[in-house]
Amino acid sequence: MSGDEALSADAPEEMPGEERTDGGERPQTYTIRLELVDEPGQLLAALKPIADNGGNLLSIFHERGNKTPRGHIPVEVDLECPPDRFEIIVDALREEGVNVIQAGSERYGEELTVLLVGDIVDTDLSDTLRRIERCTDATLADLSLSAPEGREDISSARLRLATRAGKATTVVDLVREVATAKGLNVVEPLMEGSA
Amino acid sequence: MSLNVAVVGAGAVGRSVVELAGEYGHTVTAVADSSSAAIDPAGLDPEAVLDRKDREGAVGTAAPEDALAAEYDVLVEATPTTLGDAEPGFSHARAALESDRHAVLANKGPVAERYGDLMALERESEGSVLFEATVGGAIPVLSTIADFGADHITAARGVLNGTANFILSRMAAEGLGYEHVLSEAQDLGVAEADPAFDVEGTDAALKFVILANVLSQGDDEYRLDDADVEGIKDIPGSALDLAAEDGRTVRLIGEATPERVRVGPRLVPQHGALAMTGTRNIVQLETEHAGQLNVSGRGAGGPETATAVLSDVSRLE
Repeated sequence: MSGDEALSADAPEEMPGEERTDGGERPQTYTIRLELVDEPGQLLAALKPIADNGGNLLSIFHERGNKTPRGHIPVEVDLECPPDRFEIIVDALREEGVNVIQAGSERYGEELTVLLVGDIVDTDLSDTLRRIERCTDATLADLSLSAPEGREDISSARLRLATRAGKATTVVDLVREVATAKGLNVVEPLMEGSA
Repeated sequence: MSLNVAVVGAGAVGRSVVELAGEYGHTVTAVADSSSAAIDPAGLDPEAVLDRKDREGAVGTAAPEDALAAEYDVLVEATPTTLGDAEPGFSHARAALESDRHAVLANKGPVAERYGDLMALERESEGSVLFEATVGGAIPVLSTIADFGADHITAARGVLNGTANFILSRMAAEGLGYEHVLSEAQDLGVAEADPAFDVEGTDAALKFVILANVLSQGDDEYRLDDADVEGIKDIPGSALDLAAEDGRTVRLIGEATPERVRVGPRLVPQHGALAMTGTRNIVQLETEHAGQLNVSGRGAGGPETATAVLSDVSRLE
């Protein structure tokens, strides 16, 4: 973890027992990884849903110098909140359109990449992506499209999906279902240990 | 100890077995092609037999089936792979086992399509059946599994078709389209005039079916029909470009477990073990207590595959 370079506040060594919120349980520490578009105000917009939903920010590590291949800026946020609030905070972030790559130590701990091949544009790419997100409870973290012949020929798309740990195989099966219904081919990742 | 070997099939593999048997200390007492046979219980002269085959298109003057009845300790079955009833390869292996002699197969058909029948014949016979050459050419895949113990291996995955691997690795490296690279591969002799068997995934699937049969140790029997098979023809250059941008590439990967067989194009790390270049093959065994075990090398070719056949013969001494 990047605690040394973090902007602020150390996490308290021990949670004082009397600090209770209306969640009723002791707050725990969580880490959320986000990817932000490089535009003014994005960081503030991403932090607001945390505070609004009872999360207490502990530190923010803003990796400005380390952009993703798509030009996004990775941000790591440490916060504390009662366990039952954590899911609400993550959902609120997603509702604001914030790209949550990983939330907590386990829950969104896996990413997987798949290729779609075929008549991607004319089969309504945004509808395809919507269906994938709806059926799989995976989140689209990144998308690249390559259509060298325009709409005339076969094109390819690379999807990076963030998903819950242990769910990658299920997600891939559902992606295949959605793609097959649209006549698209899927190139799956080889998930070692899944064979 | 020198064993007497009868070789059925005089294609690239059969010829190389005849040529190299002496180096491995064995004697070839019979050779059969599709129309004739050469038989000499005292041992044939490999050069003379192969010269005659080149000159006259036939290895000898006897009938092909006479080779099956000749004197030998080990029958090497190296006729072309056939699907379904796996004939005539299966009957050749049966002839050896029913007369209590050993059979060594380079022909994938009987092991992939009739594994149960083949094992039943072996149980009734004093002879044994071995088939290292059917999976991964020169690479000792099956003997590694046997040494390690199939019980302790949970899965086998990897690249077992050099033609498909050559095409995908060239497409990725040069940014060329499938058709272009395929015709280049045909010019180089890496792909057959009819490449369907390789590019549609059938050849790789047969090998992974054999691996699944070996790994399941008789609990389940697999045939080609049981495998999920997808080829590489629909992979456009743009898909390989997108994969490369992300540090990945696409290879025709097979997976065999005691429960399942599948072959298809898959995303793998660009610099990972499975992203072989060219025609090389690799098998990665997932072990119970020792992580991954990789074996790689030349997966096809006459002399390469003949070394696997002759290693099997030597195991039977």
